[in-house]
Amino acid sequence: MWDWEFTISILPLLLEGLKITLIATFLAFGFAVVVGLLLAIASRSSVKILSLPVKAFIEFVRSTPLLAQLFFIFYVFPKFGLVLTPLVAGVLGLGLHYSTYLSEVYRSGIDSIPRGQWEAAKALNFSKARTWISIIIPQAVPPIIPVMGNYLIGMFKDTPLLSAITLVEVLQTAKIIGAQSFRYLEPITMVGVIFLILSYVSSLGVRWLELRLNQR
Amino acid sequence: MSEIVTETSNNGIQNFEPIVRYQKVSKSFGDTEVIKELDLDVAPAEKIGIIGPSGSGKTTLIRMLMTLEKPTSGTIEVDGELLWHKRVNGNLVPADEKHLRKVRSKVGMIFQQFNLFPHMTMLRNVTEAPIHVLGLSREEAEERAITMLEKVGLKDKLDQYPRQLSGGQQQRVAIARALVMNPKIMLFDEVTSALDPELVEEVLAVIKEIALEGNMTMLLVTHEMQFAREIADRIVFINGGTIIEQGPPEEIFENPKHERTQNFLRRFNKKN
Repeated sequence: MWDWEFTISILPLLLEGLKITLIATFLAFGFAVVVGLLLAIASRSSVKILSLPVKAFIEFVRSTPLLAQLFFIFYVFPKFGLVLTPLVAGVLGLGLHYSTYLSEVYRSGIDSIPRGQWEAAKALNFSKARTWISIIIPQAVPPIIPVMGNYLIGMFKDTPLLSAITLVEVLQTAKIIGAQSFRYLEPITMVGVIFLILSYVSSLGVRWLELRLNQR
Repeated sequence: MSEIVTETSNNGIQNFEPIVRYQKVSKSFGDTEVIKELDLDVAPAEKIGIIGPSGSGKTTLIRMLMTLEKPTSGTIEVDGELLWHKRVNGNLVPADEKHLRKVRSKVGMIFQQFNLFPHMTMLRNVTEAPIHVLGLSREEAEERAITMLEKVGLKDKLDQYPRQLSGGQQQRVAIARALVMNPKIMLFDEVTSALDPELVEEVLAVIKEIALEGNMTMLLVTHEMQFAREIADRIVFINGGTIIEQGPPEEIFENPKHERTQNFLRRFNKKN
């Protein structure tokens, strides 16, 4: 039933699709890491006209499905004159969605910093920006790196959703192969195997990182 | 220094231009009023020991001066400028961040828990603010920092992290870190309370040395009565958010007039 020759012949195509998957994952994650931090900082601001809308935005994005958000960005934005390629729309949607999760992760890291650190920064007359850059972020981020790693893996596994906005990533590639060859078993199974291997290896990496950080 | 002190303490006539002036300052946390319409003038270079039972408001008093707590009412002046307010067309309006930073630059503080930055070496703990707040070059900041760390006796610990040092050493670095900013007024918030008894002396010695240099105004909230007596020009006894009694150390410690001061000191002596 399983055809090894066919499996090997479709591998290069699948790896081509995997490349898109990885590009989308890392771009979206980079976006989420930066925007998540900005959201976390803004939601803590004492300026209510900044913090309240940000909090509402985080709540809204977290409470609606990623797929609906992707459709909105890809199919509705053009109605307002913003036409995005599938990759850009996917990175934006995925990145924005995960930035709200990461903002919560940052928040937990920031909350764990003793009040005395903020007070010392104030007593030394650091500006607000400098307090974040020199004092808060360098202490808040290392403990949350493992959690962020898990979100990276989660995001990687969410990328097949981007096939719904016509991005030809690894799963979409497998589907196309299946449609052309009338063989779905090998391509879809191989996609599962690829995800399994990469996710498993990454989770080992995250665990290693966690151990190392705990040793410090 | 000593002339000013005699004047302030003996008769309360304050014919100096105060560097710090609390006027009718009150502070509440929720329903609890911890400072009640307190007035206090501090002369330039004066050393004030603030004593009183825990919960009396003495820490809150200096935390307001460091802008860590905002007074509920009243005004605080620092070096002739209002701290929490700005005067706009003759009216008092709440100060903005820019104004707060300007006035705050005249004040430094040492904390009970040291509050060193754990992710930075000792040297960087001391250079970070001079570089990013005062705008010094790295070389200049390091030079100044090393001079200060030398002063507190820790020149050989430059590359170590706070967790590698004893509490006494950490507190001395915290002192160097505050000194390097060259504030006119230095606040000490029970700086030896978190230390093991055998480490208290080395920290007090450093503070004493700074006090003897003379030109820095110092407000020390402390439970070290002997130490307060040695270095303070004036002792302020606070209870229930108001100043009950103040005067030169000999007077307060040997001849307290107010009953509450007497009780406090009696209880305190019994405990120790």
